[in-house]
Amino acid sequence: MHALRLLLDGDPYTLEVIATSLKISAVSLAIAIAIGLPLGLALGMTRFAGKGGFLVLVNSAMGLPPVVVGLFVFMALRNDGPFGQAGLLFTPTAMVIAQVPLAVPLIAGITMAAIAALHPDIRLQARGLGAGRIQQARLVAREARPSLVAACIAGFGITISEVGAIIITGGNLLVGGHNYTRTMTTAIVQETRQGRFDRALAFAIILLVLIAIVNIFLTRAQTRR
Amino acid sequence: MRRVTLCLLLFLATACTSTDKGTTLVLASTTSTQDSGLLDLLTRQFEADNPGTQVKTIAAGSGEVLALGKNKDADVLLMHSPEQETAFMKDGHGVSRQAVMNNEFIIVGPSSDPASASNGGTIQQALALIARSQQTFISRGDDSGTHRQEMQLWSAAGITPTGDWYLESGQGQAETLVVASEKSAYALTDSSTFAVTRSIDNLKALRLVGLRNPYSVIVVNDARNMAAAISFADWLTNSKGQLVIARQGLFTPVTPAGP
Repeated sequence: MHALRLLLDGDPYTLEVIATSLKISAVSLAIAIAIGLPLGLALGMTRFAGKGGFLVLVNSAMGLPPVVVGLFVFMALRNDGPFGQAGLLFTPTAMVIAQVPLAVPLIAGITMAAIAALHPDIRLQARGLGAGRIQQARLVAREARPSLVAACIAGFGITISEVGAIIITGGNLLVGGHNYTRTMTTAIVQETRQGRFDRALAFAIILLVLIAIVNIFLTRAQTRR
Repeated sequence: MRRVTLCLLLFLATACTSTDKGTTLVLASTTSTQDSGLLDLLTRQFEADNPGTQVKTIAAGSGEVLALGKNKDADVLLMHSPEQETAFMKDGHGVSRQAVMNNEFIIVGPSSDPASASNGGTIQQALALIARSQQTFISRGDDSGTHRQEMQLWSAAGITPTGDWYLESGQGQAETLVVASEKSAYALTDSSTFAVTRSIDNLKALRLVGLRNPYSVIVVNDARNMAAAISFADWLTNSKGQLVIARQGLFTPVTPAGP
């Protein structure tokens, strides 16, 4: 396949698109993990009035339509919008802002379910031995590690493959001929629109291979004991 | 539960078969005709005039439209990229190409016109002024008819647009105008899409000498629905189709509307 060779031969445009994809996905995922994991742990370990409603909220948010989130972020960041002054629309930051709310519920939801599935004795024993809340959380997280890694895998999945939210908020832009907000997914949309199906397919293959490689590492982290 | 599933299956089955009646003509067109609403008006009137024929429209960039034609996934093409159209015909992918209508290329930009581009008089001069003052310009960057026109203008002005002021969206005309409005940038656009795109209040058209943007209809060689494709192309270039175009008012039909 000619296009794939061209892409793999170090064509600078392609490398820039891949780099932007990975960077935006990594930053979004890091922020989403920082929010989602503690949130999921807290929800899984505590009991409070109205928790049922909160769980429904998190579970529903796991199915948030990306394009709707993208639209909300777009409206908020527009010049006329409430955060228009920040000038963030059509920047990588805007793309991260759109992706974090998509990944957080996935990570929190899976974490929460994993904690709920653990045997309650684990925590009771730890508490009996005088462990504080943070220590308990650490213990529970260690016990549920495969599930927590699964939560991160799901979060990575959405941030690397999402297209609806980031094309609206990022704009698929090049600046001065260099990549700015174009990712592999938005590039696939564009190449398809232009009828360059071989290039679209080449990007698709690269994207799938990268997802597989990242998941090899994540799966190793998941099964390591 | 089983009853619901059955109903769903029945619904799907009827939804799939309902299009089998008569002929389904596949029309591929560039985005400006759909964004402006003209494509819907044309297909609706054509279907009314030709009972038994349904028109399925695909709006895409020029590249995809041509690819659809080459693969015979579309029967008839409506587009505005003269060079590409000529090459398409020369390679034997089309049996006929007829002029349909025109609109104009215009330059739009922030109402304050920070590059004083309107002093240029012509689009080419305006682009030169924008490049000189390094005011943000957003290109389609998608090899579309409009993008090709833009590249021709830059090359005629002896300019290679590079630098942080030159953005490329790789998207359709309407999306590109939205980015231009938000970024207070200049852009080259067709007049019809500019007229119908909403929420781009930050942009105004510069007063410059107009540049014609011609649209043609091409009947694909060996099209699956050849007869319907030919009758659509004829309908579009004769009084009935031309009248629909004239009535909508966003494009100028090639033959002035009849009585």
